[in-house]
Amino acid sequence: MTYKENAKKYIENYNLGIGDKIKVNKEDISYTGILLDRPEDADDGYLVLKLSSGYNIGIAIEDTTAELLEKGEKPKIGFGETEIPTDPSKQNISIVSTGGTVSSVIDYRTGAVHPAFTASDLVKANPELLDYANYNVKALYNILSEDMKPEYWVKAAEEIANDISNGADGVVIAHGTDTMHYTSAALSFMLKTPVPIIITGAQRSSDRPSSDANINLIDSVIAAKSDIAEVCVCMHGSLNDEYTYLHNGTKVRKMHTSRRDTFRSINAQPIAKIQNKKVSINPDYSYTKRGVNELELNTAIEEKVGFIKSFPGISKDFIEYHIDKGYKGLVIEGTGLGHVPNELIDSFKRATDENIPIVMTSQCLYGRVNMNVYSTGRNIIDAGVISALDMTPETAYVKLCWALGQSDSREEVNEIMQTNIAGEFGEKSSIKDFLN
Amino acid sequence: MDYDKLGLKMGLEIHQQLNSEHKLFCPCKTELVDDDYSELVQRKLRPTQSELGEIDRAALQESLRGLNFKYENFEKHTCLVENDDEPPHSLNEEALDICITIACLMNMHIVDEFHTMRKQVIDGSNTGGFQRTGMVATDGYLDTPYGRVVIESLGLEEDAARRIETKNGFTEFRLDRLGIPLAEITTDPSMHDPAQVHEVAYMLGQILRSTNVKRGLGTIRQDLNISIAEGARVEIKGVQDLDLMSEIVEREVQRQLVLIDIKKELINRNAEVLEEIHDLDELFEDTESKILKSAETIKAVVLKGYNGLIGREVQPGRRFGTEIASYAKKRGVSGIFHSDELPAYGITQDEVDKVSEFLNIGEDDAFIIVAHDEDIAVSALEEVKRRANLGLEGVVEETRKALDDGNTEYMRPLPTANRMYLETDIPLFKITSDRIEPIANNLPELPDVKQERIIKEYSLSGDLATQLVKRQEADMFEAVLADVDVDATPVASLLAYDLREIKREGYDINVLTIDHLKGIFTLLSEGKIAKDSVRKLAVETIKAPDMKISEIAEKNNLTMLSESDVAEIIAGIVQNNESMVKERQMGAMGPLMGMCMKELKGKADGGMVNKIVREEIQKLI
Repeated sequence: MTYKENAKKYIENYNLGIGDKIKVNKEDISYTGILLDRPEDADDGYLVLKLSSGYNIGIAIEDTTAELLEKGEKPKIGFGETEIPTDPSKQNISIVSTGGTVSSVIDYRTGAVHPAFTASDLVKANPELLDYANYNVKALYNILSEDMKPEYWVKAAEEIANDISNGADGVVIAHGTDTMHYTSAALSFMLKTPVPIIITGAQRSSDRPSSDANINLIDSVIAAKSDIAEVCVCMHGSLNDEYTYLHNGTKVRKMHTSRRDTFRSINAQPIAKIQNKKVSINPDYSYTKRGVNELELNTAIEEKVGFIKSFPGISKDFIEYHIDKGYKGLVIEGTGLGHVPNELIDSFKRATDENIPIVMTSQCLYGRVNMNVYSTGRNIIDAGVISALDMTPETAYVKLCWALGQSDSREEVNEIMQTNIAGEFGEKSSIKDFLN
Repeated sequence: MDYDKLGLKMGLEIHQQLNSEHKLFCPCKTELVDDDYSELVQRKLRPTQSELGEIDRAALQESLRGLNFKYENFEKHTCLVENDDEPPHSLNEEALDICITIACLMNMHIVDEFHTMRKQVIDGSNTGGFQRTGMVATDGYLDTPYGRVVIESLGLEEDAARRIETKNGFTEFRLDRLGIPLAEITTDPSMHDPAQVHEVAYMLGQILRSTNVKRGLGTIRQDLNISIAEGARVEIKGVQDLDLMSEIVEREVQRQLVLIDIKKELINRNAEVLEEIHDLDELFEDTESKILKSAETIKAVVLKGYNGLIGREVQPGRRFGTEIASYAKKRGVSGIFHSDELPAYGITQDEVDKVSEFLNIGEDDAFIIVAHDEDIAVSALEEVKRRANLGLEGVVEETRKALDDGNTEYMRPLPTANRMYLETDIPLFKITSDRIEPIANNLPELPDVKQERIIKEYSLSGDLATQLVKRQEADMFEAVLADVDVDATPVASLLAYDLREIKREGYDINVLTIDHLKGIFTLLSEGKIAKDSVRKLAVETIKAPDMKISEIAEKNNLTMLSESDVAEIIAGIVQNNESMVKERQMGAMGPLMGMCMKELKGKADGGMVNKIVREEIQKLI
């Protein structure tokens, strides 16, 4: 129960519980209904009552009395545990739930949509999933996407590797959308995979009839059964409930706060389009086929990496602070082709001297970093800064975390950053790859 | 029919669009659009678990239809909120205040805190799969000539999207109407007489129209809840014409009575709906019936003891079979064939006999045939069995649609309370006395009261007063007369009639402020313009709203001349026509009046011109 102080005392005083049928009497009116819990952030001094019409109302408790009419049970959210049937003729797909909108329900504690479903709930809420595969389901953790940390990437990678060595023909990860592209990049670097690893989520919570969760999830399972043995993000391709896109896990980015088609391939095209349960692979994309790679897990990672956006008026303090605080690497989101104010360059030199690699990305998101065009850029190169080429800032950040996990040497990190490990950068900038 | 004896009970539910500037949860205007859409978005909906942990039966039923939807978006008129691609913005407080006004006028108790709920509606009319709705007030009353009626509740909710068409498995909706605030008023089911329902609907309409609500076709919708003692509660949606109310009531009572009768007969006969669905494809291999010939499969079920009852008329032109068919239709068939109506539709007596023999039909038994694709035929026959079984219970609780002739048609099961759960995207909204009191102390006058008062207070004709009130110009009228000592009739007639004409001529009458009107009527009261010039001056003011009214009058030659100036002009005209006066004497009055008025129109009062012309003529003869 999240009632506080006065309302809590009131409820205890009348010996009421959540789910009880009660009557609240005011001077000139009384209300009968079921006592519900109150969102944690809502004000004290009010009760929430569900009337028989189904409406909730808030009642100020001041100058009221209450009576218990009938003890009740607290409304339950979620499904009970049941066995999921297996069919030997079908492929085995692992579903790993990490929380987020794709697997969330209403939460009375905060009054907000909150991750609460387990992965097995997902299968039960979407029974048609059973037409496509056998499922091994696991709720790895249940956190909001914004609460993600590098240590969770490690846990997820280990879990996925475990599932694959136990015979999974494909893995689907349910994830919150806010930081999905960080996780997809991290898994891309940490895992060499013989089977598809598909990350998916929902922009509209799965408690609502219009949720995009169902289609994203089913298409992810279709993708997980496909021949594309890569780490991919599978999300709505348009505002329609019509098709989804499969994006390379290192080239994808969340580009809109709320639209269903928020995920876009940046400086790249989607790997495939999934429509009517069919995967159509982009003919220009050469992908790693199922079974080509041996499973390899490399989760060594450095968490102390800074991520700084340049802006007019930024001072070198931002850089100095991170060096002083012992950060092992820095990713800069520079302006344009990869610039920062000249004032910062000395601090970059200091970082280089102290064996701290600095990686330059662009806040333009689209296009390639090129620090040779202007003198500032050349000075930045001279200060030892590493170009992120056409990587997204987020991918560059995740890659630097991973590279620093592989080596302490700035030179070696530089080498790793310039090596294409999971399709994170392209050599060529195509005319098609902008705002698509 | 003796309604009292039958235990007739009725309640009303009224949905009224509010005239707030913006929609309930986004900044879009509350206006309908007839342009071409700019985007068409395709969606699917599926039922979900609701707050109490059970999937709602109404929602489930709708989902089984498996419909897909298309939504017409308009770049300028709709936004991502209507499209369910952006969370709702904050509650529209203007709409809430209108509801508080309505609540006060109906003596209701306003809730302390407004909670926005999601009410699952997955027929596609709401893009989210739910309608946002909340309870504003409860437990009010209305005194009617038939006694007091309890107003159970007042809700504030979003209007649904407009259904445009259904084709190729997609139902298309236009998003312009989605999100327009609606007040939902529900009375208790205590009314016993159709005339009372009519009266209450009228009175509620009057109350609503005294507040800031939308006017015109489709802006108010009435639903009727109705039951008789042995029957069940039925909700009849969309009663457009109040005058049809008693016809609808009568026909619904009749329907319930017949259904109760059918139930009794079925129980007497020990009737039973058999589970098995039979395949009749072989029997109809060589049929001449076009419908059956073109169907993929023909299937049937046996209803033991139903013979003759399926053909019983429940409403004029509608049989018990029609009721069963309307359930089956929800699964995609266009109709059913029942044994009470066969042979017909190209099905011969011989074929009927063969079917009867094949199904082992006894004297009291009936059968129902459906012809369609395998899945749909089976699903439709499941519904046939379900509805036929419900025949044993008499009247079924359901939502029905009002038809134009007073009959009703099955729509869906009655919604249950667990269709509702909290809309978590919108914070709870406290309604404090600081908000209510200024509204409660400043309530609008009800239209009929206002009309009576205006007639008395300003000695206006009933017609003018009615028009002023109907066109919501009464406040403007009173504001002008509060400050300007002028005859009320020209003010009322400008506001009630002329403004509408001026608008039709293409002028933006919203440009006219209360100050403009006061200026115009001040000139009239001071005798500086003629009554006839008021309309023209109003038009000219709309064209140049920033100029002083007196200057506009001046510039457009609308200012009256002084009596001496008028006399001088008239004297000149009369003298120029001296010979005519001499010749025709007072007979010259007509032509001279004409000449003078041509010169002085709008600048002098006709009565005064008449008087001076007469005097001038008399001087000469």
